[in-house]
Amino acid sequence: MYAQMVQSTGKGVKTRAEMTEEEARFQDRIDAGEKIEPRDWMPEGYRKTLIRQIGQHAHSEIVGQLPEGNWITRAPTLERKAILLAKVQDEAGHGLYLYCAAETLGVSRDELTQDLLSGRMKYSSIFNYPTLTWADMGAVGWLVDGAAIMNQVPLQRTSYGPYSRAMIRICKEESFHQRQGYDIMMKMAKGTPEQKRMAQDALNRFWYPSLMMFGPSDADSVHSAQSMAWKIKINTNDELRQKFVDQTVPQAELLGLTIPDPELKWNEARGHHDFSQPDWSEFFAVIQGDGPCNSERMEARRKAWDDGAWVREGLMAHAAKKAARKVAAE
Amino acid sequence: MEGAALFQFLLRMGDNTLILGHRVSEWCGHAPVLEEDIALANTALDLIGQTQMWLGLAAEVEGQGRSADDLAFLRDVWDFRNLLLVEQPNGDFGQTILRQFLFDAWHVEMLRRLTDSSDARIAAIAAKALKEARYHVERSGDTVIGLGDGTDESHARMQAALDRLWPYLGEMFHGDGVDEAMEKAAIAPAAEALRAPVSERIEAVLDKATLSIPETRHARSGGKSGVRHSEHLGHLLTQMQWLQRAYPGATW
Amino acid sequence: MSTEWPLWEVFIRGQHGISHRHVGSLHAPDAEMAMKNARDVYTRRNEGVSIWVVEARHITASSPSDKGPFYEPSHSKVYRHPSFFDIPDEAGHM
Repeated sequence: MYAQMVQSTGKGVKTRAEMTEEEARFQDRIDAGEKIEPRDWMPEGYRKTLIRQIGQHAHSEIVGQLPEGNWITRAPTLERKAILLAKVQDEAGHGLYLYCAAETLGVSRDELTQDLLSGRMKYSSIFNYPTLTWADMGAVGWLVDGAAIMNQVPLQRTSYGPYSRAMIRICKEESFHQRQGYDIMMKMAKGTPEQKRMAQDALNRFWYPSLMMFGPSDADSVHSAQSMAWKIKINTNDELRQKFVDQTVPQAELLGLTIPDPELKWNEARGHHDFSQPDWSEFFAVIQGDGPCNSERMEARRKAWDDGAWVREGLMAHAAKKAARKVAAE
Repeated sequence: MEGAALFQFLLRMGDNTLILGHRVSEWCGHAPVLEEDIALANTALDLIGQTQMWLGLAAEVEGQGRSADDLAFLRDVWDFRNLLLVEQPNGDFGQTILRQFLFDAWHVEMLRRLTDSSDARIAAIAAKALKEARYHVERSGDTVIGLGDGTDESHARMQAALDRLWPYLGEMFHGDGVDEAMEKAAIAPAAEALRAPVSERIEAVLDKATLSIPETRHARSGGKSGVRHSEHLGHLLTQMQWLQRAYPGATW
Repeated sequence: MSTEWPLWEVFIRGQHGISHRHVGSLHAPDAEMAMKNARDVYTRRNEGVSIWVVEARHITASSPSDKGPFYEPSHSKVYRHPSFFDIPDEAGHM
């Protein structure tokens, strides 16, 4: 989700017979529900896939600050301003926890940042869509955070200890994010005709991009199969997408808003809603850098990094001077 | 008369935290390092919270049925009573953190004295805000020291920020009729009374930061009286008040 | 020169009377800033009454290969646990 289309390094799942003794023992630990900790032996593919996945997740949190940050200075009341700021701040915190989890695998935060800024690493497609009205703050909280939570809750059980612990903390903190989004939507949907129009418009624009957050169907993906065997991916993309649709439909009804999909209907036999797939060619274009806001998002991140260099260097130089003075005094 | 002066005084307290909180919140997602991004947001959140208390009390004292939000979102530039310092643009991170420190140094002193205010409501708000401001001044002060005493570049940038902001300091200590009425009623200290302790704290930090205090120039004023704000405030309000102005009467 | 700030581990005492517990990590140029960053990052929801920070490189950790010799010997010392002993109920709470 926040980590869409993570390439694992393996060529599908190895059979027992193909595994080395160490690999078999490692797989046994995972199958037994044990957590893998940083200093434990692990296959190189496991380590690399995790770095990509956690890194992508962390980058998504950081880039994800931007579309909502876009409205902090325009929030309509003092309370809304505080709530939105606290929420976007949480996203910075979640990025921080995740970078720290990735760092236990032998990569530094600065290296990961460089990979983001150079375009070598990706972040979730959803954050390349613009936030145009205040109702978008509602839609992002309701739909985007709703989709994110759906993915993150099972990841609390992931096999890698530091990742699992980061997800537990994130899920605990994130519980208010979706609710505050829905709360905004309720106010808008029951407000003036203009507010209601804004709310419907926000749903129209964010519905399909939200469905894309789960990534394309991975039913036949060898990467997904390996990640699921390693318990760094818990559900398939399609399972989560279906669950999201089923959960969201009654919420939209309660708001009196219409999901922009004429094919959407309850399928009694399946016990699920049938729905239209998003335009996957658009998804791949966005991932490749051709979404509505890719350039702006990357420019903002590069500017923050470049403009901040003198601050990071300055404080480090001061710390070194202070340490040297302390040694000299002893 | 005293009611009107009290209202003005509360607007000054609330507008300072409102405008500075707004400025600091502009950094969210753009700070030099994640830890700083989170810390700046904490500062902004504290300031917004204080704004709700000060402007809430101001609205109550005014007695015209307005709310804190009405005061924040529906007044025009000339009705704002914040110091010119806090409406200055963020500039680079150095200018932001120095502006923060100069304000914090005054703010803790002011709040400390307000905890003894003859008005119990003011004393209660000050007691809560003081705990937050004490942390702010420690953090901003240490950061000013670290950057002033860091690399050649960070030192030069901090000195430039100090030269830019120094003329805005004097406004804090210039008393007027509102301040005199507050002092007379033992509600707040005289503006001038804060000059010595605040200057002492600022000078101690600037000294550790190896920064030179600029030569005294003409002190800018006009913010706390509302007589002459800078051009920056209007642009800030244009953004902050947009939704309330564009959709009057809607609830959010 | 690498200007990446060192990594610090953060331990927080959640309530009075409880031990400090590892809550996560962060970057900071020195111990003072690490303490402040810990306050700002890890106590946003009233999580703590006391904070420890220690630079990650100063932590000595046991190695996974020691797992057997380090921890398994205590498995057999069952007599350290109160449930090992059968005490008649008449003896009262013990």
